[in-house]
Amino acid sequence: MRDVGIVAFAESQLTYGTTNTPVEMIVPTVNEVLKNAGIERTEVDFWCHGSCDYMTGQPFSFVAAVDALGAWPPIIESHVEMDGAWALYEAWVKIQMGEANVALVFGNGKSSAGDMNRALTLQQDPYTVAPLWPGLTAMEGIGACAALQAGTVTERQMAEAASRARRDGAKNGNVLVSGSESADELLSRAVTSAPFRDHDLPAMADGVSAIIIAAGHAAKRIAKRPAWIRAIDHRIDHQNLGWRDLARSTSAAIAASEVGVHNDKVDIAELHTTFSHHEQLLINALQLRTDATRITPSGGALVGNALMAAGLSRFGHAARAIFDGTADRAVAHAQQGACLQQNIVAVLEGN
Amino acid sequence: MAGDKLQVTFETDGSLSAPLTLSYPYNRTLGTTYARFLSSLADRRIEGTKAQDGRVFVPPAEFDPSTGAPLNDWVQVGDSGTVVQWSWQPTPFADNTLDEPFAWALILLDGADVPMLHAVRASSVADMAVGMRVKAVWADERIPEITAIRCFEPVGG
Amino acid sequence: MSDKAADKPLRVRMPIGIDYKWCAGPASTDYLTGLKDGRLYGRRCPVCQMVYFPPRNGVCARDGVMLGESVEVGPKGTVTTFCIVNVPFLGQTIKLPYVAATIILDGAHLGFSHLLQEVEATDVRMGMRVEPVWRDKSDWDYSLENISHFRPTGEPDAPFDDYARYL
Repeated sequence: MRDVGIVAFAESQLTYGTTNTPVEMIVPTVNEVLKNAGIERTEVDFWCHGSCDYMTGQPFSFVAAVDALGAWPPIIESHVEMDGAWALYEAWVKIQMGEANVALVFGNGKSSAGDMNRALTLQQDPYTVAPLWPGLTAMEGIGACAALQAGTVTERQMAEAASRARRDGAKNGNVLVSGSESADELLSRAVTSAPFRDHDLPAMADGVSAIIIAAGHAAKRIAKRPAWIRAIDHRIDHQNLGWRDLARSTSAAIAASEVGVHNDKVDIAELHTTFSHHEQLLINALQLRTDATRITPSGGALVGNALMAAGLSRFGHAARAIFDGTADRAVAHAQQGACLQQNIVAVLEGN
Repeated sequence: MAGDKLQVTFETDGSLSAPLTLSYPYNRTLGTTYARFLSSLADRRIEGTKAQDGRVFVPPAEFDPSTGAPLNDWVQVGDSGTVVQWSWQPTPFADNTLDEPFAWALILLDGADVPMLHAVRASSVADMAVGMRVKAVWADERIPEITAIRCFEPVGG
Repeated sequence: MSDKAADKPLRVRMPIGIDYKWCAGPASTDYLTGLKDGRLYGRRCPVCQMVYFPPRNGVCARDGVMLGESVEVGPKGTVTTFCIVNVPFLGQTIKLPYVAATIILDGAHLGFSHLLQEVEATDVRMGMRVEPVWRDKSDWDYSLENISHFRPTGEPDAPFDDYARYL
């Protein structure tokens, strides 16, 4: 295996209701991550993009997105219809294969383009589920119901996750909602989409996330302290909610075990929590010790969920903690689908 | 065409926007398993497939989730069942089968071993509970689609 | 499923539709509001200085930067390449044969496609100078369809070197 590290990260200012086109959204963040790395775009030998046409509202939008890259002379480029974290995985594989040394990966989403809660129905089985249009919140509500009933997550843990996300969001600055409410205060609020209160739902955002990863010498040249990707794995559960045990995330648990989350201490874990009950489900699956591991210090997707970018941003924030020495060993996580269907977990180390 | 005036809006920053509807008139081939399941719904029967370990899947599994073997052993299940999990939809989408606030539930039909997702017509959150009994309400139109079941409703509630 | 399979519906209509708000972005806003007024606006790349008409997605695809100042271009232009359409197809509304041409407007450096009429298809050639024919002003909208078609100006053809790099 080659040593591959995250060497630069950039994230757009999160908004809701940008009037820019998706391509206009991408350009500044791609240029910023190149600037953060201090390299020219010609030094990037593989590009990979994560986005979803149903969210962009434009068939083959990923083709138009190549306009944002300055693809002249022609580049080697690929796309995943997934969060940008899976684009990072593809780039990591490409580097492992020896076909690239420096890769730029990015994800973008414009949640304000339409009713994304409804549109995300289309991730489901088109014969027996999608024609009913359950929407993502309803499906996640069923998952939360399962977890609450089984006792793997409590209402208080959900409120605590939301409370901490809102407080961390205030420190981060680049989020859509923030607040200083205690878990008790949040619990006193009305249940709106049972079993959820409004703060249990993600703050939908428009945004772009970009990361540069590089192999060995290139990584050391670009970054003072690369966040070395020591292990990375992704797993998928079945699509059909009725076939799964929604009270736990089996795929996240396997991915965490594969990457050896517990081979050493975990200073921070950036978890892609889009609904508040995910946090405890993921803590359970990754077997994190909350007294020893700081959970999602960026605030996470609950306070700013740029679809198809928020997962990659978790990798970025975890890497940033390595860059600045806040952490020596970090876990990055991203998810896709309904009820934590697909999970990707990586261990990042500074040394 | 010029002449069909676009419904444009000027945003606060002066830029243009317009409504856009993307629609895809998919006409899906079903395959033998879903063809049988959905056409049985049109006949107001609910059928599932039995896996090698004896579990009955509704909607049917085309292949055994554990072994990958094709499943051809069909079982008719009841049109009543038990709510295993549920959530609340405070604002229905235009294309939901119900137009008042309602619940979603994973429902374990009598005779099935795996629950299926569908809508439950309940007047309020207070009427919903894990373990409650529900019964299918058939749509007026007999169509080979999952919406042949309009929704479920509480039994004796 | 055995004999009865033939009676069963194997195909089911499962339409999906999603409503969006499509934002044109600043570059296309200039372009579209210009068309509404019968004017043609592109945007200049601050790096390579090329003027894009239309301004695509508001970025220079070559340099990966946002396009800069708005530039009025045309209305006359030059045919770079063209295609004579002889084959009818579903939804086709124009009398055959007709010419679809790629045109570079004066002051712009990116071709776009439009209809070329008021000329025999066999007389169309690379380098031909053309001008837009606008529809009745009452029909104008935020659309390139405000231009009914292009037609020859009768000016001498542009020399090949003038447009060779944009082919």
